[in-house]
Amino acid sequence: MERQMIWSIVTLGGLGVLFGALLALAARFFAVESDPRVEEIAEVLPGANCGACGYAGCQNFAQAVVEGKAAVDSCIPGGSETAEAIGKILGQDVEGREPVVAAVFCIGDREKASSKFIYFGIEDCRIAEEYGGGFKDCPYGCLGLGSCVAACPFDAMRMGPDGLPEVDRDKCTGCGLCKEACPRGIIRMIPREERGHLVLCNSRDRGRAVSRACQVGCIGCRACVRACPEEAITMEENLAVIDLDRCNDCGECVPKCRPGCIIPRKGPATGVEATETKTISA
Amino acid sequence: MEKILSMVFIFIFVENFVLQRFFGICPFLGVSRKMETATGMGMAVIFVMAIATLVTWLVQIYILDPFGLQYLQVVTFILIIAGLVQMVETVLRKISPTLYQGLGIFLPLITTNCAVLAVALLAVRQGFNLVESLVFAIAAAVGFTMALLIMAGIRERLELADTPGPMRGSAITLITAGILSLAFMGFKGMLTL
Repeated sequence: MERQMIWSIVTLGGLGVLFGALLALAARFFAVESDPRVEEIAEVLPGANCGACGYAGCQNFAQAVVEGKAAVDSCIPGGSETAEAIGKILGQDVEGREPVVAAVFCIGDREKASSKFIYFGIEDCRIAEEYGGGFKDCPYGCLGLGSCVAACPFDAMRMGPDGLPEVDRDKCTGCGLCKEACPRGIIRMIPREERGHLVLCNSRDRGRAVSRACQVGCIGCRACVRACPEEAITMEENLAVIDLDRCNDCGECVPKCRPGCIIPRKGPATGVEATETKTISA
Repeated sequence: MEKILSMVFIFIFVENFVLQRFFGICPFLGVSRKMETATGMGMAVIFVMAIATLVTWLVQIYILDPFGLQYLQVVTFILIIAGLVQMVETVLRKISPTLYQGLGIFLPLITTNCAVLAVALLAVRQGFNLVESLVFAIAAAVGFTMALLIMAGIRERLELADTPGPMRGSAITLITAGILSLAFMGFKGMLTL
């Protein structure tokens, strides 16, 4: 009995000591010299491994920054805070870049925008886009199958009740992965600061084609261009575009827009009904 | 030779570790979301299982058996597997950073993978010799990897399918795993050791 005990203690203890010694030796002889700054930087990064910086993950980005291959402010989700933190570690001064959020430039939901055919396929916009150029009459409008929602690593997007994606301002880091995922380029990154008006339409078609396909599409009538006292609105390929730097939120353009696709970013501040078409949370 | 070949077939298809013996279900469900991670996990398991079985077999035959310490088998094997995985990780990091990056987090995760312990224990219980144990371990690990890859392939497509609300997520995953397991029952009795 005693022999049994001793043997078991010796064996297990011996194996434990052996492995301990081997591990210690391995740690010494196979030690990898790494720059401590890499770990420090990895620490201050958001750690979402979203890939918006162009590297496979936060760890790879940290490595690249230390080696000088990547710019200090390349981490988009981390924004200027992260850039400053990295700059501090590397001893560089950093000018923060303007923080952005994603915005969905289409409000043509199932009722307002007509369809060519009923789509019974894989729930993915990129695939739906391949079948006859998408099932919507409007070749620029949101298909509403949620590829952008699936692409968001921060859980900042969801499909709204009207079948269009919504962006959660607070969660959105502006990484731009949703923008990449959208086959129609409906999602754009806009300054985070909640000011200005937006033309929530993506259609480059001419007026008649737009109004046939969608009740709320920009028909390119230029009424808003004429109405804007700041000359902030220009026409680009039959689509009104508002320069957010110039827009002073006067709201003159909103009642002039017949399809009603100009929406103030911040609530119904202009007294115009921005009601049923959600004041984009973007 | 014939025995070795039949062992390979048996432990990949007939007695598949995941789908027939239900070992390693945790990584099977956990890391089968993407093909990429599934491949990484599979490779790491093949690697660790082969080495772990080799060492545990030697310890069993040359240390535990002569001293009549078979009752310490499980504890010893866990110790060996944990230590070994840790060491492999350290060495790998130095020798092959690429492989280390590829296996990544899966290497330490395997320490607690019951399939690895099962292979080590079964190799001894079945009375395999050293070569047979090694073949057994690699075949079992390949079977595990195969199951993982099949599952990952299915799940990548399921992701895009219009699954009914209540069935989304783990529900449909478990049902898929069940059907997959049923399918592999077709191999039952084809070959026995």
